[in-house]
Amino acid sequence: MEDLAFGLIVAITLGSAFMVVQGKQLLYSAIALLFTLFGVAGLYIFMWADFMAGVQIVIYIGGILVLLIFGIMLTNKITSVNISHTSLQRGAGVLVALSVLSFLVVMIGRTPWLEKTALEPAQTADGIGMLLMMEYLLPFEVASLLLLGALIGAAMLSRNVD
Amino acid sequence: MDSLQTYLFISAILFSLGLYGVITRRNGIAVLMGIELILNSANINFIAFARFGGMNLSGQVFALFVIIMAAAEAAVALAIIINIFNNLQTVNIDEAQQLKL
Repeated sequence: MEDLAFGLIVAITLGSAFMVVQGKQLLYSAIALLFTLFGVAGLYIFMWADFMAGVQIVIYIGGILVLLIFGIMLTNKITSVNISHTSLQRGAGVLVALSVLSFLVVMIGRTPWLEKTALEPAQTADGIGMLLMMEYLLPFEVASLLLLGALIGAAMLSRNVD
Repeated sequence: MDSLQTYLFISAILFSLGLYGVITRRNGIAVLMGIELILNSANINFIAFARFGGMNLSGQVFALFVIIMAAAEAAVALAIIINIFNNLQTVNIDEAQQLKL
């Protein structure tokens, strides 16, 4: 049962990721990206990262994907029904992607990975909160500064200067 | 299914798909989608090492920072793409070759 669910989630993730990069319509690619992000959240749950799965759904699907769809709507005229997008240099793309993939697969298969998996599945939210407030406090503050900078920068860039 | 390599293979496939999208797509927003796929594959790696490699929760915290960075990057990139569209009436990144009109 568990294996079946895992295989289904992997199939959803990779299949819709393929549709993201191969689909003819930009909006369909965005919807396929929705399923990819959900599948990745499912993989996180299989790795006992429950808090990260929630963050993935809230930020990626609720934030970034909505932003992308807004971008698609804003950069196409509403009267042009066919919001299509073309792909160029497919041969070169397939070549590069396949060579990178084969390199990665050989590398992953040959490396003797240090596996240390004695953990019990546990609630992760409190541990992540403690780490953020103690060990990773400086990166946490820098990330908030980065978000503030991105907010101001995006508002300034997309403002109409007339 | 419960091994480090399984997740690393999945993330390698996701990375290659994202790379293919970045190379072949010409629409700026579609390129951004490919970048999101690549960032997601990096996050799968981080959490796989957190689960199997003894990184424990630190790996998940790093994945959290990657997600924060992806949000900031998507906001700024979309602002730039919308600006390009307002100036050039296209989102084809091959035609956006000048920094200044």
